[in-house]
Amino acid sequence: MRWFEQLRMRILMLFSRHRAATHLNDELAFHLDRQIAENIAAGMTAEEARYAALRTFGNPALLRDESRATWSWNWLESLLQDTRYGVRALRRTPGFTLVAILVIALGIGANVALFTVVRSVLLKPLPYADPARLIRLYEVSPDGKFPFNNNAPGIYSEWKKQNQSFTDIAIYGYAGYNLSGEGGQLPENLRAATFSANFLPTLGIQPALGRNFTAVDDQPSGNPTVILSWGLWKRRFGGDPHILNQTVLLDTRPYTVVGVMPAWFSLPDPAIQLWTPIYYKEPASFMQVIDSHDFHVIGRLKPGVSPNQAVNELSIITRRIHNANLSNPFVSVGANIRPLLESLVGDLKTPLYVLLAATGCLLLIACLNTANLLVARAAARRKELAIRTAMGGTRLRLLRQHLAESLLLSLAGGALGFLFAFAALQWFITTRHDMARSEAIAIDWVVAAFSLLLVFAFASFAGFISAFSLRGEQPLTTLQESSRGSSAGHARTRLRAALLTIEVSLTVVLLIGAGLLIKSYSRLRSTDIGCLTQNVLKLDINLPPARYPKAAEVANFLETLLARVKDIPGIRAAAFISPVVPGDGYGGDSSFAIVEHPAAAQGKMQYAVHRWCGLGYFTTIGIPILRGHTFTSDQQPGHTTQVIVSQAFVHRYFSGEDPIGKHLNTLGKRTFEIIGVVGDTRVQLGAPPEPMMYFPLYAVDDVNGAALVIRSDSNITQFASPIQRIVSGMDRDLPVSQILTMDQVIGRSTLDNSFNATLLAAFAGLSLLLGAVGLFGVLSYVVAQRTSEIGIRIALGAQRTQVLKKVLVDGLRPALIGLALGLPASAATVDLIKSMLYETAPIDPAVFAMVAITLLCVAVIACMLPAWRASRLDPMQALRTE
Amino acid sequence: MGKPSDLVQGTLDLLILKTLLPDAMHGWAIAKRIQQLSGEVLQVQQGSLYPALHRLEQQGWIKAKWAESETGRQAKFYALTTAGRTQLEKETANWNRLSAAINLVVSEA
Repeated sequence: MRWFEQLRMRILMLFSRHRAATHLNDELAFHLDRQIAENIAAGMTAEEARYAALRTFGNPALLRDESRATWSWNWLESLLQDTRYGVRALRRTPGFTLVAILVIALGIGANVALFTVVRSVLLKPLPYADPARLIRLYEVSPDGKFPFNNNAPGIYSEWKKQNQSFTDIAIYGYAGYNLSGEGGQLPENLRAATFSANFLPTLGIQPALGRNFTAVDDQPSGNPTVILSWGLWKRRFGGDPHILNQTVLLDTRPYTVVGVMPAWFSLPDPAIQLWTPIYYKEPASFMQVIDSHDFHVIGRLKPGVSPNQAVNELSIITRRIHNANLSNPFVSVGANIRPLLESLVGDLKTPLYVLLAATGCLLLIACLNTANLLVARAAARRKELAIRTAMGGTRLRLLRQHLAESLLLSLAGGALGFLFAFAALQWFITTRHDMARSEAIAIDWVVAAFSLLLVFAFASFAGFISAFSLRGEQPLTTLQESSRGSSAGHARTRLRAALLTIEVSLTVVLLIGAGLLIKSYSRLRSTDIGCLTQNVLKLDINLPPARYPKAAEVANFLETLLARVKDIPGIRAAAFISPVVPGDGYGGDSSFAIVEHPAAAQGKMQYAVHRWCGLGYFTTIGIPILRGHTFTSDQQPGHTTQVIVSQAFVHRYFSGEDPIGKHLNTLGKRTFEIIGVVGDTRVQLGAPPEPMMYFPLYAVDDVNGAALVIRSDSNITQFASPIQRIVSGMDRDLPVSQILTMDQVIGRSTLDNSFNATLLAAFAGLSLLLGAVGLFGVLSYVVAQRTSEIGIRIALGAQRTQVLKKVLVDGLRPALIGLALGLPASAATVDLIKSMLYETAPIDPAVFAMVAITLLCVAVIACMLPAWRASRLDPMQALRTE
Repeated sequence: MGKPSDLVQGTLDLLILKTLLPDAMHGWAIAKRIQQLSGEVLQVQQGSLYPALHRLEQQGWIKAKWAESETGRQAKFYALTTAGRTQLEKETANWNRLSAAINLVVSEA
């Protein structure tokens, strides 16, 4: 029954500790009274009895403490006591407490936010069955320039038939549909994807509602079926639970809704809102070609099969097909693979890890700053500590109390930081919704554990450093010394200066990283895309083949639209371009042969980026016509014979000769005459100009959409609504999509660059601020410590400017040493961000110099005020304040 | 006794448990009884008595109750628990063995 008694005692000690303390006092008082009574009975007077009793009794406080030391839950009591004292001490200096909590919150918040992103996007496995076995398959182009090329459907079919390494492989591609509006809703152009019926089974998932496509749906003779995305279902159909088996009009044709994807599903792309069966959408003949690479393939490895085995097997199959078609230079020679996760987020690894490292630096800087503040605070409370020691406080107890304060600060800062992180993540998700797997970003228990770990690490680090600064303190000398003793603070000053030096070096590393990214981004942005970017707007129009089956009808619509748009007052020029404007992506290529040149060697690929443009395109968008002229007006549908090439095309294929008048054999064995050469444009900012061929807009029969480009003198965005009205006036079900100014088009393609640069610059700026505040604090402390010394110097004849200079140099020394350490440290680490830089060398002297100068200026400004105050000291005042 | 050493602390526990065997008493009475029974040789200081009493209570060998003392004031009375009785027997046996052994060594001339 002993355990019962023990348990009873433990519960008693936990909940009625106060009563137990009172009882202890009563118990000891009782004993004392009995002793006194005994003494009196032995013959002493009351006074003597009392003194004799107390003498034998000993120190009552000590006795109480020793008795209490045997109680259980003592550790909890001292913990609570430390917490109470800590809170009290922190409340006494609200300014310090608030600043410290804010600094800690920034450091921890940034780290937690970025850690969440890295964990959710890069480290968490994909939400599919056994995701480690999911592979993305690629083809290798014959010239080796594209080892991770898209897939040709004919080759995919052979892979599917012959492979032994995969439980299943599936094919998918991209598409777009106009969703007709119902019940007053406007029509919308939606990004869609197509996949084979075994796509979802390969991933191992099912739609959240309804079913996947069956093999019957996934053929050209199948019924039109569609699966909606969760977002589209909620947004456009109000989350109607009876959506299944209803029809929606896609490109004016009715499709039956058979399923709704789960909310977290975002393959192949977060912007996809509809999925349709691939063998239904694409013509059967197109799904047999082996030389056009428009699709993508995923597969699930069989258990026990290694990725290498799978690659080898598929490469053999591919090479066999290649060798059977040697006359076709576009048939791939091999296969390649990547794990599915890596194919989705591989590009994000470097930027995200760089940002994570930056937040780590920021946290370290915040930590050093807080440690610095705590050291100063501990120094200010030396006398209090000396008194506590004299009254019996053990070193351990005082250290614990010290750590309790730093832990309280860290906990408060950590809680606030966690809130910061939450807000920051919301902002991140909305700003970077283009980023792969951004829908997977969520705070989970691992992140919470990580934050707690950060809090404790922070508290220990800062607490121990500041406790370390107080080692060797002798209570007696501390109590005796005058309040402005200089020698006692010397070691502490050195410690603070050392902390500051490390802080400055880390700040330098961050600043240089930010400087390089900013320079790279500005270089990128200032690259000439090859056309006008101001006051140019583009809109996409896609005419559904069901309503516009013939090329003549498409041409009629587009020309009528163009005429009406040109009539709008304020629009200077308008024209069509297909498929995309400069800076908006590759847009596809076509193979060609130059009639007047000797035939290319068998198996050598000749291809160039293709574009189809209407009359007046080059003048509308500002691409210079360098030679020849633009299309004549006789280029009508069914009768197009002219082609215009870009400067890069001429350099590569017509070096030294005039291309005007030569002929190209392309677009399925048709002949086109080169009538002009235009300036280069880039398919993406940062990419070198590619050889391009421009055909008339109606050169191929299946052009059923284009981007309308308009230019005005100013305020280009005001024309979006009038044009939309004209379009819906001509066809009520036709949406206008992707309405963007050229600036926005370019901005979109450089979003991640600008994002990373901005974020890193923000971190660097914050750390610079923290460093400046730290410098200011340390120098003020030093000046306060040495007030009497400075006073004496001035009294003995030192010039005020001399004093100013001396104090300034003393204050700048840690900054200078930090700079001297930080520059080589940056030079060593900056190589890691090389892949993120555009036309900027990692070791860029201009950036390094700028950072050094900036840091020195900030340091001088931070040190100026204390130094100036020191030089303004009145020697009599200084010597009197002791 | 001065400041209790480990050995002495163990024997103090034994003394307290033995004293409480007949009936419950408060700390003052325990000290007086030990003094009495040992023939005025052992004088237990408060500095060691009360920490020992509290420790024994925390460990469940003795339990406490507040009751009216002989002088009319409230005092904290300690009594042995069942487990305490067992512990007493064990400690007595230990002590006998130990003291016999020490006697053997010491009386070896």
